[in-house]
Amino acid sequence: MRRIQNLMKTSEGAIGFGILATLMLVALFAPILSPGDPLRIAGSPLLAPFIDPAFPLGTDRLGRDVLAGIIHGTRTSLVVGIAAAIAAIAIGLCVGLTAGFAGGAVDEALMRVVDAFQIVPSFLLALAFVSVIGASVPVVVLAIALGAWADPARLTRAQVLSFRERDYVAAARVIGMHPVEIAWKEILPNALPPVLALSAIIVAAAILTEAALSFLGLGDPNIVTWGSMIAEGRNVLRSSPSLSIFPGIALVVTVIGVYLLSEGLTKALAGRRSEA
Amino acid sequence: MLLIVIVLTFLLLESASGDAVDAYLLSIGGGDATVAQSLRQAYGLDQSMLARLLLYVSSLARLDLGWSVAFDRPVLDLIIERLPNTLLLMGSATALSFGLGSALGIVAGARPESAGDRVLSTISLILYAIPSFWLGLVLSIVFAVELRWLPTSGIETIASGKAGFARAADIATHLALPVGALALIYMALFLRVMRAGMAEVWALDFVLFARSKGLSRSRIVLRHVARNALLPLVTMLGLQSAAMLGGSVVIESIFAIPGFGRLAQEAVGGRDAPLLMGIILVSAVLVICINLMIDIFYAALDPRVGAQEADA
Repeated sequence: MRRIQNLMKTSEGAIGFGILATLMLVALFAPILSPGDPLRIAGSPLLAPFIDPAFPLGTDRLGRDVLAGIIHGTRTSLVVGIAAAIAAIAIGLCVGLTAGFAGGAVDEALMRVVDAFQIVPSFLLALAFVSVIGASVPVVVLAIALGAWADPARLTRAQVLSFRERDYVAAARVIGMHPVEIAWKEILPNALPPVLALSAIIVAAAILTEAALSFLGLGDPNIVTWGSMIAEGRNVLRSSPSLSIFPGIALVVTVIGVYLLSEGLTKALAGRRSEA
Repeated sequence: MLLIVIVLTFLLLESASGDAVDAYLLSIGGGDATVAQSLRQAYGLDQSMLARLLLYVSSLARLDLGWSVAFDRPVLDLIIERLPNTLLLMGSATALSFGLGSALGIVAGARPESAGDRVLSTISLILYAIPSFWLGLVLSIVFAVELRWLPTSGIETIASGKAGFARAADIATHLALPVGALALIYMALFLRVMRAGMAEVWALDFVLFARSKGLSRSRIVLRHVARNALLPLVTMLGLQSAAMLGGSVVIESIFAIPGFGRLAQEAVGGRDAPLLMGIILVSAVLVICINLMIDIFYAALDPRVGAQEADA
C-alpha cells in the first residue's frame, strides 16, 4: 500500500493511474456502456460526429457506431497489451534467471538466442508470425511477446549476476538449498523490481504493436480493435477523416496513461531509495 | 548469431499451415493434386525438414536467398531493388530525428524543471505515445488532402521524365510526409533520452568543478553536459535501428512507398516464405551493420572506450 501512496504523490503517477483506471472501467463495463455487438450495423452509414445524439461520434461506412467500437476496442487494446507484457516478462524472467544462474555454456547459448531476437526487427517478426499462424487474439499476444522478451531477459540476467555471489546466496547454498529453490526464493524476489519497472514500457509498446498489426489487417477479424477502425476509416479518409481520428486519439490517450504511470512508478521507486 | 536467426525463421515458416504452393494454386483458381505435387518437387518442398534447412543454409552461403514464388523472381533481386527506398526513408528520418531530438534535448536539459523544459517534455511525451501510422494519416489529411501542399503517396511522380536535380526534388517532396511522421516520433524518444541524460550529468562533480572555475553557462551546457549526455543517445540509436526498420513497414504501407516494408507486406499476402525469410535475414544483417558502425562511432566520440580495450 505504501508504494501506491508514494505513486499517487507524484503528479505523473496520479494522472496516469486515473487514465488507466478509467479505461479499465470502460473495458470492464463495455457491454453495459454500449450493449450489443459493436460490429453490428446500427444506423445509416457515414453519419458525421456530434450531430445525432444516438451516435455521438457518428457511424462508419457500414453504419456501425464509432463510439461503441471505441468502447469495445478498449478491451482488446488493454487485454492484448497487458497479456503480451506478462508473457514477455515471464519468458524473459525464466530465460534471464536460467542464463544468469546456470552460467557457462547454458548462459552463452541462451544469450546468443537473445541476441538473435534483438537484431530482428520485432515488428517484422510479429508480422511474419501472425501471417504464418493466422490471426487470433492468443496468436497476436504471442507474436508481440516474441519480439519483446529479449530486453527483460537481458535485464534479469544482469540482475542475477549481481546477486549471485552475495553472502546470503552463499549462505543458502551452505544450508543445502536446492539451486532451483535458491534461484526462485532468494534471487528472483531481489531481481524483480527493475524488471517490473520495464513492464509499463512493454505494455505501451505492445498496445502500439497490436494497433499497427490490426491496422495492416493482421488482427482478429471478429473483434473490434482501434487499429482496424483506423484502417477502415482510411478508405474514406478524404470525406470523413473523423473515422480514423477518434480511435487514434483513444490510442494516444491510453499510451500516454501507461507512460505517465511508468514515470510515476520510477519516481516513486527512486524516492523510496533516496529516503532509505 | 545469424545462424540462429536463420534457424528461427525457418522453424517459424515450417509451422505454417499450407505452403506457397497452396497459396499459388489458390491464386490461379485451384489445380489438381498432381500439379501440386510437381510444383512441390520443383521448389524442393517435398524433402525432409532437415534436408531443406541444410540446403537453405548452403545456398545462403553462396548469397542465394532463394526464389520468390509470388513474384517469380530471385529474392535477392527484389530486396536489392526495394532496399534503397527504405534506406533513404530510414536514413533521412534518423538524421532528422537525431539532430532535432538532441538539439531540443539540449534546450530542455539546459535548465531542468524550467518552463521550457516542461513544455518540451510534455510535447515529447504526447508525440512518443502516438502510433506512427496514425500520425502519418493525420499528416496526410492535413498537408496532402486539406492543404494540398504535398503528394499523398508514392516515391516519385510516375513517368514524369524528370532527371537529375528535378527528380531529386520530386522524390524529396514525396518523402517529406513519411519522413516527417517517422522522424517526429523518434525525435520525441531522442529528446527524452537526451534530457534524462543531461539531468543526470548535471549532478556530477565535474560539472560543479566547471561551474566553480567560473565557466559560462552555455559553455558548461555544450562542452561538459551535452557531450557526456550524447553517449547514451548514440547507444539508443543502435538499439532503435531495429525498431525503426519495423516502423518503416507501416509507414511505407500508408504512403505507398515501394520499399522493404511494403515488400514484407506483399510477401505476407502471397505467403511467400522464401521472400519473407530473406527480408527478415537482410534486416538482421542491416541491424548488425548499423550497430557495428555505431560502435566505431562511439569509440571516436568517447576516448575512454578505446582506451579500456587497449588496456585489457
